[in-house]
Amino acid sequence: MGLDIAFWVLAVVSVGAALAVVLMRDIFRAALFLVLCFFTVAGIYITLSADFLAGAQVLIYVGAIGVLIIFAIMLTRESRRGSPSGRLRLPALLIGLLFLVTMVFVVVSTDWHVIAELPTEPTTTAIAQALFSGEDGFVLAFEIAAALLLAAIIGAIVLVREK
Amino acid sequence: MAVGLEHFLILSAVLFAIGLYGVLAKRNALVILMSIEIMLTAVNITMVAFSRYSHVISGQVFVIFIMVVAAAEAAVGLALIIAIYRSRKTVDAEKFDLMKW
Repeated sequence: MGLDIAFWVLAVVSVGAALAVVLMRDIFRAALFLVLCFFTVAGIYITLSADFLAGAQVLIYVGAIGVLIIFAIMLTRESRRGSPSGRLRLPALLIGLLFLVTMVFVVVSTDWHVIAELPTEPTTTAIAQALFSGEDGFVLAFEIAAALLLAAIIGAIVLVREK
Repeated sequence: MAVGLEHFLILSAVLFAIGLYGVLAKRNALVILMSIEIMLTAVNITMVAFSRYSHVISGQVFVIFIMVVAAAEAAVGLALIIAIYRSRKTVDAEKFDLMKW
């Protein structure tokens, strides 16, 4: 029961914050609403009993990406011009609604085989075992992710370096 | 009605649709990047929901990889936007016509 109430509150707040991101004229406020949206999504992970991911969501999205986006807004000083819509506003609305209707139809009409009871184990150990166990683990993907992050850091430095 | 898998899937579809609208309709490159982040987060909710309702942990491992890619994408994307802003003095996506044929 408590989880249901938490889900509804978090769902309404996250959808409202996401709508504010795309509808707000002031892009600095849009960025703050984006941070709120990420934070509520971390709460939704908790209602899904994904404790480790909720922590990672707060650290990576709320902390790192939120600060990065606010920094970029400050550096580009476009905030007083706002965020106007382009020529594709109506087609974009149509495509978004079409996607939403299709997805809702598919989700509602599919017969999902679910396990209703909550997983009670903490997920951190289970994720670590899934990542690093020798058989069908994700060790290679993990190493590639490390190389990807290094490439992204170097690429970002090269792009913004003063000539 | 108790909250089940469908509720999480529909929530994530709503967030993805909002992000899709933002990517297609907005002109400010920073808002487009923020909408892309919303879409990635929506997909993460789907992954975690499937993982919780099937008790298979691989979904959460994939979410970690999506977070890594999202962080790399945000860093490089914002660096690109700042570099373009330096040379063109705008972040309006409809004015980025360097590679238009």
